[in-house]
Amino acid sequence: MPVFDLATTELRALNQALHALDKSGVPEDFEITNPRGAHAVAVGIDAPVNVTINGSVGYYCAGMNEQANVTVNGNAGPGVAENMMSGKVVIKGDASQYAGATAHGGLLVIEGNASSRCGISMKGVDIVVKGNIGHMSAFMAQSGNLVVLGDAGDALGDSLYEARLFVRGTVKSLGADCEKKEMRAEHIDLLTKLLADAGITDVKPEEFTRYGSARTLYNFSVDNFDAY
Amino acid sequence: MCGIVGLFLKDKSLEPQLGALLSEMLVTMTDRGPDSAGIAIYGADQNDLVKLTIQSPEPETDFVGLTEDLRKAGIKNASILPKNTHAVITVSSEQIDATRSALEELRPNVRVMGTGTAMEIYKEVGLPKDVLERFKISDMSGTHGIGHTRMATESAVTTLGAHPFSTGSDQCLVHNGSLSNHNNLRRELTREGIRLETQNDSEVAAAYLTGEMAKGKNLGEALTSALDDLDGFFTFVVGTKSGFGVVRDPIACKPAVMAETDAYVAFGSEYRALVNLPGIEDARVWEPEPATVYFWEH
Repeated sequence: MPVFDLATTELRALNQALHALDKSGVPEDFEITNPRGAHAVAVGIDAPVNVTINGSVGYYCAGMNEQANVTVNGNAGPGVAENMMSGKVVIKGDASQYAGATAHGGLLVIEGNASSRCGISMKGVDIVVKGNIGHMSAFMAQSGNLVVLGDAGDALGDSLYEARLFVRGTVKSLGADCEKKEMRAEHIDLLTKLLADAGITDVKPEEFTRYGSARTLYNFSVDNFDAY
Repeated sequence: MCGIVGLFLKDKSLEPQLGALLSEMLVTMTDRGPDSAGIAIYGADQNDLVKLTIQSPEPETDFVGLTEDLRKAGIKNASILPKNTHAVITVSSEQIDATRSALEELRPNVRVMGTGTAMEIYKEVGLPKDVLERFKISDMSGTHGIGHTRMATESAVTTLGAHPFSTGSDQCLVHNGSLSNHNNLRRELTREGIRLETQNDSEVAAAYLTGEMAKGKNLGEALTSALDDLDGFFTFVVGTKSGFGVVRDPIACKPAVMAETDAYVAFGSEYRALVNLPGIEDARVWEPEPATVYFWEH
């Protein structure tokens, strides 16, 4: 198994090795040690590879990920898994701002808390946060699912499109055009699957509240002028 | 962008290492702002003596014979320790205003960077590594300190535009962000008699806190008021003689990471700045919440 010690190896060498992997090849395992908060660790992977990072990372870890499973045994800085297309990214600690921003697919699991703007402009990704999320999360989220086992901060789902938000704890406030929705059987099924994918077995889907777009801001109406 | 660091020691045995630890933290933040760098460091209180940290663009002429000239101007027992472009003048506390006036008269090129019984401030244009080396910061000991590496957005790249800003005795502030109501505030503070040296928005923030503390608030209360009265983006790290505070605006888009152990409280714009601190592996590491005041005191 390739082991990259970032205390002695250039980050560029690691990312180049990851980029050189065969897109359709058999899964490989990479281990990264001593990330020490470095930026852009394991970005732009497009191969079925398992990457384990032992330590905390800085900005944009696992950004633009395709196919890879990336696990961070530590905390992640701003923009983790930003613009992910597929694969799975697991953060064992906390994540900073805009985790999973604009991500189109794949699964992002944050076992600690996420900070503000979690899932901002998400476009199809599934995000599961075991702890709490900060303010302005899922702002302009367009598609995908955000599951939060803890509490959500201010202005959840502001200017939300079709993404589904499931929160088990409290929501400090809802953003413009975001509203509480009914949990139907299909949502219980969806949540059951998402929780299983994230390896969560001790929480029931029925404990969550669903939030989504009221769709009143989709088409401009002068009556809604103040909301824009 | 700007990079901020701060370190508040709880364990006295770390005090000899304060300058070295802070220096290492600040150099790591170089790529957040390579324009200029500065550091404020709180050392031992010396009974009834006050330190003025001064700066001159021409230290080779301004600092020569300054002790003698101050004595002639009636400032008895002033001692001067030059360090590159800066010098620390130590005088008895009742002579602080007279020393300031004498300096204006005797050395018009000299700027007072800060005053206080414990605080010294060193800041210059240039890469953090070079600035810290000029002043031998890594040899300094102390109880707490803050540092800043600047990417200029609001005013010119000059020594005076570098952080930390100090507008009150033993008070200093570093700022990452930009304020939008600093011009109005500057007018109000000037009217209240607070002196500002630059057109920099961060200096207004420092002066605002000085003004609030002059009204009797402690640092924590002054920072709470700042959340109401300052408009814009900010992550502030501030120091007082015995205190260390952190606050972010309600939007909190400027980054911040904190770490606490039994030995210290540390602040960095990024986690990278903290990785060489002793015991960081077992520290409580967290991101300060928006619009929340964090405050420690010795």
